[in-house]
Amino acid sequence: MSSLKDAGHLFRFAGLFVLLFLVFLAVRSYVVPKSFGEYGHYRGAAIGEIAARPVKFAGHQTCETCHTDIADTKTKGAHAHVNCEACHGALAAHADDPANVTPVKPDTAVLCARCHSASAAKPTSFPQVDPADHSGGVPCETCHNPHSPVIGSDSTPSAAKGGSK
Amino acid sequence: MNISRRHLLVLLPAAAVAWKHVLAGSPQDSPNYQMSEHWWGMLIDIPKCIGCGNCVRACQAENDVPDGFFRTWVERYHRSDIHLESPEVISPDGGKEGFPAVAAGEEGKYFFVPKMCNHCADSPCTQVCPVGATFVAPDGVVLIDQKYCLGCAYCVQACPYGCRYIHPTKKVADKCTLCYHRITKGLTTACCEACPTGARQLADLKNPNDPIHEFLKAHDVQVLKPQMATGAKAFYNGLDGSVR
Repeated sequence: MSSLKDAGHLFRFAGLFVLLFLVFLAVRSYVVPKSFGEYGHYRGAAIGEIAARPVKFAGHQTCETCHTDIADTKTKGAHAHVNCEACHGALAAHADDPANVTPVKPDTAVLCARCHSASAAKPTSFPQVDPADHSGGVPCETCHNPHSPVIGSDSTPSAAKGGSK
Repeated sequence: MNISRRHLLVLLPAAAVAWKHVLAGSPQDSPNYQMSEHWWGMLIDIPKCIGCGNCVRACQAENDVPDGFFRTWVERYHRSDIHLESPEVISPDGGKEGFPAVAAGEEGKYFFVPKMCNHCADSPCTQVCPVGATFVAPDGVVLIDQKYCLGCAYCVQACPYGCRYIHPTKKVADKCTLCYHRITKGLTTACCEACPTGARQLADLKNPNDPIHEFLKAHDVQVLKPQMATGAKAFYNGLDGSVR
């Protein structure tokens, strides 16, 4: 035992280490978020926070629950696979509150040309026109129903003007 | 402990079930969504892209992307018939308002290439994060914990596809989340919803009924920069060899 007589300073030093380690553990448990490491080296709760953000595009399934007439016209036409909000823009606000949020009808002069103005860079199978040459400034919906654009494919071209019920 | 073959046959499926339970988690607000049941990617069909910029506008609207920054953008390539290796690439304002017209009969080949986060399975960007603020979620989506991000921009440098940026006001890294708030609710991404030609398709590689599987079998599909072995999950159909 006599060999340990002069070892007091070592024990005090070891005690200090243990104390510092406990402080470290306490601080760590306070600082590191609870969900850190739940799935990996990151905060698991972050996934839920990102998933909880609000949606702005309602999705065509939502539109079709009310606008069944347009959906019917569309499925028969060349725009069957063009989703509603591709042209009408993000309208989840309208879907949530149809009475107070009224969508603005898109301007066909800008809208149609965005896709259909001719350019050799576009795939050749895609229908393209030179808007000025094609209609001479007459709005597209005068002749075409945007929901079923091929002339003669839809018996009621004025449905384009009706838009929604 | 002695494990016989019989024991092993029982133990292995039990371990698999247990591991699946560990991996399964449901983010808040989407209680029916199981992360373990999905492995998300994106199919980009270049021959269908008309360069209208709908995806870029939809992404900016859905995700409040600041002006001049892009989570997705469209590039127009002009690959000359002579200089195959040095195409001319333009992307005015990310292709948001379309592209200048090209007259018929121009020399070379023109085509559009939509770009976005490739949601790499072995993503270089998540590996360099010093604080664990960016990660590959259990369903294969590369996400950023913006509360944890320091804004050091290591990940911005690390991404070989240039898909990340430092948000000008939040001062943290930002990127495509594959519309995580939408896909966990059963919706498709904003860019896919807005694409008029179906050039972009959200793909769930763990769903056996997803059309992606048939598509991958029937087409010559590539990823960008395969030599970097990032495990990219943005699959490009009809990709020209000049695309970088």
